[in-house]
Amino acid sequence: MRSRRRGASLGLKLAAVGALLFLHLPMAVVVLYAFTTDDSTFRFPLPGLTTQWFAVAWGRPDVWAALWLSVQVALVATLIAIVLGSLAAAAVSRSRFFGRDALSFLLVLPLALPGIVSAIALRSALGLMQIPFSSWTIIIGHATFCTVIVYNNVLARFRRMGPSQMEASMDLGANSFQTFRHIVLPHLATALVAGAVLAFALSFDEIIVTTFTAGQQQTLPIWMFNQLTKPRQRPVTNVVALFVIAITTIPILLANRITRDTIER
Amino acid sequence: MATVEAASQAGRTRAGSPPGRGHRLSTYLYRRPKLVLLLLLGVPLLWLVAVYLGSLATLILQSFFWLDSFTGQVVRTLTLANYVELTSRANVDIFLRTILMAAVVTLTCAVLAYPLAYYMARYASSRMKGLLYLLVLLPLWSSYLVRVYAWRLILAREGITSWFFSALNLDWLLDGVLKLPVIGGPSLSVSFLGMWLVFVYVWLPYMVLPIVASLERVPGSLLEASGDLGARPGKTFRSITFPLALPGVIAGSIFTFSLTLGDFVVPYSLGNSSYFIGQAVLSLQGTAWNIPLAAAFTVVPMGVMAIYLLGSKRLGAFDAL
Repeated sequence: MRSRRRGASLGLKLAAVGALLFLHLPMAVVVLYAFTTDDSTFRFPLPGLTTQWFAVAWGRPDVWAALWLSVQVALVATLIAIVLGSLAAAAVSRSRFFGRDALSFLLVLPLALPGIVSAIALRSALGLMQIPFSSWTIIIGHATFCTVIVYNNVLARFRRMGPSQMEASMDLGANSFQTFRHIVLPHLATALVAGAVLAFALSFDEIIVTTFTAGQQQTLPIWMFNQLTKPRQRPVTNVVALFVIAITTIPILLANRITRDTIER
Repeated sequence: MATVEAASQAGRTRAGSPPGRGHRLSTYLYRRPKLVLLLLLGVPLLWLVAVYLGSLATLILQSFFWLDSFTGQVVRTLTLANYVELTSRANVDIFLRTILMAAVVTLTCAVLAYPLAYYMARYASSRMKGLLYLLVLLPLWSSYLVRVYAWRLILAREGITSWFFSALNLDWLLDGVLKLPVIGGPSLSVSFLGMWLVFVYVWLPYMVLPIVASLERVPGSLLEASGDLGARPGKTFRSITFPLALPGVIAGSIFTFSLTLGDFVVPYSLGNSSYFIGQAVLSLQGTAWNIPLAAAFTVVPMGVMAIYLLGSKRLGAFDAL
């Protein structure tokens, strides 16, 4: 069968390569602009190259504060998501129960509805209950999305694992806790790590919901957004953009290495 | 398999001695699957229902409240005033503009994604496929704001695009396109054309992945049979590949459509004073403090997505997710 299949036509290859270049070339532009000497326009070709803006960006307390808030929020939201997501996945995978389909639908909703809907929903709940903005209001919103990510990853792993090994373990006399410790946990480990990395990345990058639940607080994406709409600190923004690319790309590459098949949204 | 041995070992060492507390608790739980289910499900269910469904409920409720513009306070009596206001000319324009943009972006994404997805599903070796998956996923997970920012650099009046066109002596073409009514503007970085480009760029990966998934399920023999029976490639595409790939395209379009409907970052960064839904909602709650009207505004994209999801379900798109 294989011998009959001819290679891809030139047109198809070009279209595929074109789509990939479209996806990746803009990032190269960001890297390039971090080194420009121009501090007031986006002129191209660059008038000159310099590394001075790295030092300037490093000394900016507002960037550090935004970064620190983003990291805190992402860590706590990921932690909550791991607990909630794995519990839900375990429940859905192990038994059929009344309302199971409704539950899986409920777990898709936070990703399927437009971000602005969830955003204003949370905002109006905070308003009605007169809850003041704090890092916790951001975390509550993020944890909800992140739970869905972890749930998807862990559920996929549970499905692939199947019940036979757990049954074998129980037949050999291990109790539920020993089975969990020696069979379930080792199987889930990589899915949990991948889910955690992806949840962290999602939270670290989230802007739509965050804008509505942050009040006056600035996470790193909100800081970037302010620079996008009112560009005042172009060189610093360029450097921060390069930095963000670096810190988001590396964990994703790692997560991909750990588990090739579970990166799904 | 080593783990199974470890577990059986753990079981065996316990078997001789009287059962410990862990064992007794385990047996107790084993006999009550409903209790286990409750223990597993209780907390996540409570979270999702209280936080998420609860918020959605308050959203609907708020949309029937109204803002006293005199005191700036939300008055908690029910009224349909917000929904009446939605039907004003300016607001209807916002909805139509956003939905049209979402539709055009979705179509463009499908056209761009299809060849790449087809190559990945049919021709790429498994190594190559892994690499391609990574290349498609990487932008999806890297910073959305940085990706939008990149286009501010690229499309700026003095930026790379202008340089590129003038290097090719095609200035007149760029200027001509920018002079077009509606889609043009003072520069690509302040125009619907630029916005469309950036939307396509940020949501493209969401379209590629479901199409690959659905194309992988089309057996190669089916395409060969079509060719053997005398169909030209175009005919095979129209009658075999495309209908079978359609659920994937629709699954991808759920993402591209929904994400465009609910976005305010791209319109704020590259738009002019003609608002999109996300912008309107953000400015209503941020500067006007009119959360009730903002809430009513989002009921429209919710409704649009509900219809979209129901339609997709009938076309079998959920199997391709």
